[in-house]
Amino acid sequence: MSRIVVGPFNRVEGDLEISLDLEAGRIESARVNSPLFRGFEQILVGRAPLDALAIVPRICGICSVAQSAAAAAALADAMGITPPPNGQLARQLIQATENLADHLTHFYLFFMPDFARPAYAGRPWHAAVAQRFTAISGDAAAEVLPARASFLKLMGFLAGRWPHSLAIQPGGSTRAITAGERIRLLALLREFRGFLEKRLFGDSLAVVAGLDSKAALLAWAEGRRGDFPTFLAAALDLGLDKLGRAGDIFLSHGAYGLFPAGLWLQGRSAVFDASRIAEDTAHAWLIDSPPRHPANGETIVAADKAGAYTWCKAPRYAGQSAEVGALARQLMAGHPLLLDLVAHDGGSVVARVVARLIELALLVPTMETWVQAIRPGEPFCAQGQLPDEGSGVGLVEAARGSLGHWLSIRRGRIERYQIIAPTTWNFSPRDTDGLPGPLEQALVGLPAGEGAPPTVQHVVRSFDPCMVCTVH
Amino acid sequence: MKVLWLQSGGCGGCTQSLLCAEPRPLFDELRDAGIEFVWHPALSQASGEEALAVLEACASGQTPFDVLCVEGAMLRGPSGSGKFHLMAGNGRPLIEWVERLASHARYVFAIGSCTAYGGFSASTPGNPLEACGLQYDEQTPGGLLGADFRSAGGLPVVNIAGCPTHPGWVVDSLEKLALEGMSASDLDEFGRPLFYAGELVHHGCPRNEYYEFKASAEKPSDLGCLMENLGCKGTQAHADCNLRAWNGSGSCLRGGFACIACTEPGFESPGHAFQETPKLAGIPIGLPTDMPKAWFVALAALSKSATPKRVRENSLADHTVVHPAVRKGGK
Repeated sequence: MSRIVVGPFNRVEGDLEISLDLEAGRIESARVNSPLFRGFEQILVGRAPLDALAIVPRICGICSVAQSAAAAAALADAMGITPPPNGQLARQLIQATENLADHLTHFYLFFMPDFARPAYAGRPWHAAVAQRFTAISGDAAAEVLPARASFLKLMGFLAGRWPHSLAIQPGGSTRAITAGERIRLLALLREFRGFLEKRLFGDSLAVVAGLDSKAALLAWAEGRRGDFPTFLAAALDLGLDKLGRAGDIFLSHGAYGLFPAGLWLQGRSAVFDASRIAEDTAHAWLIDSPPRHPANGETIVAADKAGAYTWCKAPRYAGQSAEVGALARQLMAGHPLLLDLVAHDGGSVVARVVARLIELALLVPTMETWVQAIRPGEPFCAQGQLPDEGSGVGLVEAARGSLGHWLSIRRGRIERYQIIAPTTWNFSPRDTDGLPGPLEQALVGLPAGEGAPPTVQHVVRSFDPCMVCTVH
Repeated sequence: MKVLWLQSGGCGGCTQSLLCAEPRPLFDELRDAGIEFVWHPALSQASGEEALAVLEACASGQTPFDVLCVEGAMLRGPSGSGKFHLMAGNGRPLIEWVERLASHARYVFAIGSCTAYGGFSASTPGNPLEACGLQYDEQTPGGLLGADFRSAGGLPVVNIAGCPTHPGWVVDSLEKLALEGMSASDLDEFGRPLFYAGELVHHGCPRNEYYEFKASAEKPSDLGCLMENLGCKGTQAHADCNLRAWNGSGSCLRGGFACIACTEPGFESPGHAFQETPKLAGIPIGLPTDMPKAWFVALAALSKSATPKRVRENSLADHTVVHPAVRKGGK
C-alpha cells in the first residue's frame, strides 16, 4: 500500500488537500483535509446580534447571500417576526440569483476544464471540448463571463451589490423595488434565459426541465448542440454516470418554499428533523467532546491533536454522514429525472451535475413569476425588537447544499454562534466511530496515482465544494 | 505582465467580484492589455503537483513574474507557526510562500481589506489567528512583510482595499501598472490607489437630497439618509462606490443599507453596532471628513428646519409617497 497527497485542488472555492491510500492503483481509503482555519464563530461572540448580518457574508465570497439569509432567518426566529410578501419575494430572488450564478460558475469555470486535460487527448470529443472549455483561454469563458455579469445585475437592483450585501434583514429586504425596476428585472431574466437556451442547453428551458428519465435525457442530448449535451457525451464516455457514489443518504433544508426539506434514506424521502444533527470533532484540530447539537456546539482549537487531519468538523444526522446539494434538493422535490438517475447508479458525478443544470432550467421561469408577484408600494421589511435573551435557528439552502446557523443571545449580545455549511457535510472527516464523510466514501475504489486518469478530479469537483465556508 | 495570485485567510469574494468585470469579459480585457495569470487558484487549469511546480519556480526566482496578488489575511498563528493555513499538497505555511514570492515579485498587490489590513480575521478579541495584512496590522504599519518592505519595483504593497473589492479597482490597477507604471504618488497614505480612494462613498450618493436636509431614515428600507441613525459612514469612507456602479446599477446606499467603510483599515471593529450611529448628546460622533463639528451642527439645524414636506415624508417611507411638484405654464 502507498499513500499519496493530492493538492492544491484549484478551481474550487478555497483550499483542499486529499490523502489517498492506494492498493494496486486503486483508492483504498481517502482522508479529506481542509487546511485553512477561519474562526468566524469566535468573531461573532460578544457582538451585537444584528452585526451578524455584516459579518457572516464575509465567511464566503461565493455563498455570501446564503450566509446572510441564514443569519437573517436565525435572527428573525429570535425576534419572532416574518417578512411581508414583498420581502419574501425579494429574498427568494436574491438567493436564487446567487445560487444559479454559482451553478453557472461551477459548470463553466470550475468543472468543465478538467475534460480539456491532455490525458484525454485520444477521446473523440477532446479537441472540441479543449477548444471550448480550457481554463481562461477557452471560447466558453468569453461568453459565460458576460452572461454571468449581466445576470448578477439583478443584485445591483435587489441587494445593492454582490457579494457582501446588507440588504437581507430579519424583517425582509432594505431595498424596495419600484414598478419601473420590475421591468428591468424581467429584462435581465430574459437575457439570461436566452444564454441558457442558446449556449448551455440548445433547447427551451421548459423542455429541459421536463426531461423525466435517464433514457429521455440521453435521447434528447444525442447529436444536440449545446454545452450540456457536450458534457453528457464526455461524461458518459468516461463512465462518470456510474462513478463518485457516496452513501446515498441525502439531506436538504428545503428552499424557496418550492423544494421541500427532507432526508433521503434507502431510496425514499423521510421527515427532516434538525434536532437529530450533531457535530463530531474526533478528527478535527479542535478539542474533543462528545458529538454536540449545534445549539450547544463549541469550536475550540487544538492545533496539535493526535489523529486529527482537518479543520472541518464532522456533522452527522442521526449518526449518519449525509450528502447535501442540488441533487439532494431535487430528490426531495421528486424530480423524475434525478430520481431515475439515482435509482440507476446512486448519487454519481453525472447526477450531481445534471441536478444543478436542471435547477437552472426550473428556477429562471420561477424567478420571472416572483418578479411579477412583487407589489410596488407595499412594504418590503417588517420591523421587530431583538430580545435581550433568546435563541434562533436559520436553515437555508446555498447553491451547494444545506446551510444552518444556530445562535443564542444573552444580555443583548451574541453568546454562541454555530454554523454548519454545505461542504462541512460533504467533505467531513471521519467521526468517533470511524465513519467517513461523503467525499471520503465517494473516492474509494477509484483509480489514482502514477498514470491514472484524472477521475478523482471530476469526483471532487462534482460536489461543487466551498472550502472557505467549510472551515468558517 | 505576468500575475501570480494566491488566496489565504479570506472568503474568495474579491475573485468572485472580479469575474463581474464589465463591460468586456475579464479574460479578454486582461489579455488585450498584455496581462496574463501565471496561476490563479480559482481559475487556472493547472492543479496539484503541476501547480506546485509553477509556484516553486516563481518562489525560487527561476521564473520571473511581475505582480504578486494576494487575496486574504495572513494567518501567523498558532504561536507564529502559520499552521492555520498550510499550502495544500505541500504542507508549508502560506505566510512562508508569500514571503518567498514577495521577495521576487516586481510589485505586490493586496487584494481586499483582509490582505491589506487584516480584516475580519484579525477582529476576534485577542486575535487568536494572529492575523494581519501584508504590510499593516489594522492601522499600524508592519504586518507580515514589515513597514519597510519595498518590492523590486520600488513600491510598498499596493492596497486595493474593499470588502469585497470592486472589479474595476483591480482591473484598473493592473492595467495602470501594465500600461503606464505606478509610483508612490498614485497611492494614498494607506497605500490605496488614489484613482478610487481619492473619492468618498458620499460622492454621487443617490440619497444626497436627504443628506442635504438631514431627512434621516429611522428603520431598514426607509429612503432617507442613513448617516444620522443607521450607521452610514459614506461621508468618511474613501472609495468611489457611488460614482462607479456595482453590478450594473448598485452600491450599498443604492441597496438601502449603510456604508460600513469597508475600504478603511479596522472597519471590521468599529466599536459600535454596524447598523447604528453612535451619538453623543444626540449628535453623531463620526462627522464628515474635513468638516468642523460646530459647522455641521449649525448646518444640520438649519437644513432640518428647511426640509420640504416631500423630502421629509419620503425619507420615512420605502417608496416615493410625494412626487416632486410639476410646475405648469412657466419657467
